[in-house]
Amino acid sequence: MGNKTFIVEIKNLFKSYRRGNQILPVLKDINLDIDEGEFLALMGPSGSGKTTLLNLIAGIDRADSGTIIVGGIEITSLSETELAGWRAYNVGFIFQFYNLIPVLTAYENIELPLLLTSLSKKERREHVEIALRLVSLEDRMDHYPGQLSGGQQQRVAIARAIITDPTILVADEPTGDLDRDSAVEILGLMERLVHELGKTIIMVTHDPRAAKMAHIIMHLDKGVLNANPQNHY
Amino acid sequence: MQILKIITKNALRHKLRTFLTILGVAIAILAFGLLRTVISAWYAGVEASSASRLVTRNSISLIFPLPLSYKDKIRQVDGVKLVSFGNWFGGIYIDEKNFFANYAVEPKGYLTLYPEITIPEDQKKAFLQDRKGAVAGRILIEKYRWKIGDIITLKGTIFPGEWDFVLRGIYRGRDKTVDESAFIFQWDYLNETLKKTTPLRADQVGWYMIGITNPNLAADVAVRIDKTFKNSLAETLTETEKAFQLGFISMTEAIIIAIKLVSFVVIFIIMVVVANTMAMTARERIGEYAVFKTLGFGGWHIARLIFGESLLISLIGCILGIVLTFPAADIFSSSLRTYFPVFNVATKTIYMDIGASVLVGSVAAVFPTWRAIKIRIADGLRRIG
Repeated sequence: MGNKTFIVEIKNLFKSYRRGNQILPVLKDINLDIDEGEFLALMGPSGSGKTTLLNLIAGIDRADSGTIIVGGIEITSLSETELAGWRAYNVGFIFQFYNLIPVLTAYENIELPLLLTSLSKKERREHVEIALRLVSLEDRMDHYPGQLSGGQQQRVAIARAIITDPTILVADEPTGDLDRDSAVEILGLMERLVHELGKTIIMVTHDPRAAKMAHIIMHLDKGVLNANPQNHY
Repeated sequence: MQILKIITKNALRHKLRTFLTILGVAIAILAFGLLRTVISAWYAGVEASSASRLVTRNSISLIFPLPLSYKDKIRQVDGVKLVSFGNWFGGIYIDEKNFFANYAVEPKGYLTLYPEITIPEDQKKAFLQDRKGAVAGRILIEKYRWKIGDIITLKGTIFPGEWDFVLRGIYRGRDKTVDESAFIFQWDYLNETLKKTTPLRADQVGWYMIGITNPNLAADVAVRIDKTFKNSLAETLTETEKAFQLGFISMTEAIIIAIKLVSFVVIFIIMVVVANTMAMTARERIGEYAVFKTLGFGGWHIARLIFGESLLISLIGCILGIVLTFPAADIFSSSLRTYFPVFNVATKTIYMDIGASVLVGSVAAVFPTWRAIKIRIADGLRRIG
């Protein structure tokens, strides 16, 4: 084996939660490598630790032990402030409930992550317009989330996720709150991000149809990652 | 730019709640402003006092008089430029409810010592020439619709009898701090009448007003005056006009402390109200703050959002409160002019209003900000959906 580098490298990862005096292990000795441009689906029953693993990869939760390296940076050793800065440039988030800011328009929601960059207003506008075109929502840029359908809101969320051209995209049940047609539309869009833009996507899902769109499906059960991934290439 | 936009939009999410909170702050600032103005009005005499004037009174108490003969002795003290004197008259105009300050003064020296009391030259001349003459402040003239030449009768309380005065002049204050609701008449009229009715009370004055050459030497001059009358039958106490006025105020110190306390309680109550609003707001938006944090916004950004909204609400309330304070103070002033002849909303009060609202807005935001910053992103995101 050569010295192949992965976009995500996870080694001996443990995570537990404390409930009262009880310590509940959630992830047990997770080892996982993800290639750049990969579309990975994480499946498993409720409480298996899928979202926890996704949160750890995205740097919004802390592991008990083990290391996570994303894009060559060991994020498990970063401070909270460093992690916040790292997330701003390296992770795009797609949530089940879209998590758009209701008082901001589609345009303003997409622009939000760019406010942390040094881009000028004009440059930010250019970026947002490209992202809006990509998700085919140019004509809805001045609409508020409440004026958009679920599918449209999720497209805005995807545009917001890719606006900073992050290293990885993490999606937690991105079709969980959508009807069948909208779900197909969103999954198609995510597939385009992988194929056309070379994005790396790690998606947590319960939906086998959604998982089928991914290149690799991995199963988590009681905090243990299945050693035999399903390859859809 | 965006942060201000988000703050404004956030503040307008629950319009009724925001409106009621702003109204609450406005009323609190109005109450605070009026209470502080009452305190300022209480100290109006102190504010109007001059550093170059001393007051000499009987060392036992102000109610005990001093001999008229002290005037020349005081005049001879080194550092004294001018001496005048007066007596509290305490007369009642028609009815006891028509209270206003009225006192007898040696007019020439008095008007020289108090240049902030301005009287048209012809009226001043008429006043000085008429033994029964009197001058009244603009507020009294307006209240009782007196005219120059009117005979005004006061019923004496300290000096019994019906006392007739001829109104010879109307005085105005050069500065806003001057009480324009006093009634001043010639001391000679009082003294000559006393010589006829109660001779033992004649040639006695209530206090001496002294103009000094150098305000920096006020303490030395005061000591010298008091030393002059040491071991006499009527020993004196000389102090600056400011200290003299503060002496009056100290008699009612408990009331002032109570008013101050109430003004701070008002601010504390509104602080709790705004804090409650902000706590509710932050609790509702904890998921959104988690989203901001997920996107890479740090604690400082979250703090700016919460502090900004809290300060925006309290400052809008403050501005509204300040705007309302002026007409409210006018109404207050016209109804209680007799008790508070000088009732002006001071610039200092406005600054205190602004300071109080900044304090309210800031303190109210502390706990919600701390909560929003401390919550784990994963926990915050779980609150959504």
